[in-house]
Amino acid sequence: MTAAAAPLRGLVLAGGASSRMQRDKAALDYGGRSQLDRVVALARRHVTGVFVSVRADQAQDPVRAGHSLIIDTFTDGGPIAGIRSAFTRDPAAAWLVLACDLPLLSDAAIEHLIRSRDPAGFATAYRSTYDGLPEPLCAIWEPRSADALAEWVARGHKCPRKFLGAHPVTLLDPIDAHALDNVNTPEEYARARAALDQGTTREAMRIQIRYYALMREQAGRSDETVETEAGTPAALYRELGARHPFTLTPEQLKVAVNGDFSDWSRALRPDDVVVFIPPVAGG
Amino acid sequence: MTPFRFSSTPIDTETGRRALLDGAAGGYVSFEGWVRDHNEGLAVRRLEYEAFVDLAVKEGERIVAEAIGRFALRGALCVHRIGDLAIGDLAVWVGVSAVHRGEAFDACRYIIDEVKHRLPIWKKEHYANGDSGWVNCERCAAAAHHDHGSHTHDSHAHD
Repeated sequence: MTAAAAPLRGLVLAGGASSRMQRDKAALDYGGRSQLDRVVALARRHVTGVFVSVRADQAQDPVRAGHSLIIDTFTDGGPIAGIRSAFTRDPAAAWLVLACDLPLLSDAAIEHLIRSRDPAGFATAYRSTYDGLPEPLCAIWEPRSADALAEWVARGHKCPRKFLGAHPVTLLDPIDAHALDNVNTPEEYARARAALDQGTTREAMRIQIRYYALMREQAGRSDETVETEAGTPAALYRELGARHPFTLTPEQLKVAVNGDFSDWSRALRPDDVVVFIPPVAGG
Repeated sequence: MTPFRFSSTPIDTETGRRALLDGAAGGYVSFEGWVRDHNEGLAVRRLEYEAFVDLAVKEGERIVAEAIGRFALRGALCVHRIGDLAIGDLAVWVGVSAVHRGEAFDACRYIIDEVKHRLPIWKKEHYANGDSGWVNCERCAAAAHHDHGSHTHDSHAHD
């Protein structure tokens, strides 16, 4: 990523009609939390400024109303209207766009997307494991795609997948075959719940953090144990940064898990011990 | 003696030197890092060293083993202080013995350079003006450069 990269914000699409499910997909319950709340929490672990895209008639809906909303300013509907409305809200931002019907989406999948981002292109997206086409609703949309989307719609197109297929985008192979499985039918919902119950994706787990030097002073403690859904050290650091006044960025830190240096995108396991290592000064 | 260790009491360099005595060695080089009374234009009164001991010992042992392999040493040791230190105190000691002096000089330099860059050890300076700060974390944080994703800050004390 270059220094000129647009700041990345989050957009969770919750304006769908859920016709095949015959009930509101955003409200589907997973372990006591709505699908929408889960995806918003996931996005917040990776980007600052997460909004929920809704149609005007959904703004008062109790499942959605508690979030920061971006109400569709385009009447043609569909995901493209939501994405264009986000660019209207902040044309200088790039948007991490996530559908709210991806219950198996993981921190690792989001991190890989962000790390592989090409800020100079139109978008960075995963390649579908089913048809090889770009997945538009777990993707980073760059500011330069805003005008191209307007043109696309003006020419009578509606499909964001075809848009990505017709423009130069960075395509990634999925790191987890099921992370982008969406839930459209009661059968798929049952399967996703079963997968979550088996622990094939993240649920809250207990992680220990030990702090040293500047980190210890800023955290106001030498160690703590947290219940977290953060799947990686990078997501955990972002989450802890909301509670403690950390001044160092992940780029300035190294990280250790269970007593040895680790990658920021390593999958955390229950009872792992994590240490964020500020710039060293031995000798 | 273990190849790398921490000490919370003054380092006995003579014990280290004696442990490296070796009939096959033609030379011995040691380095002593001392606590200096100034850094980046500020008068320093005292220092605190803090370490993530488990990982620092592991990584310190790796550094000494690398030096032994790379420079064909007869022996190498490193001891680092931890806790409160005063001006003039010995903060870190490195000793190496080798068949010839060239390898001994190079290996000693290698070990102290790697120790400074790789070990999770932090130094808090207490200044004469009453301020204090973690070296490389606070005053330098905004300007810090990172090569290859690792911390390669130049520390300014006792070079």
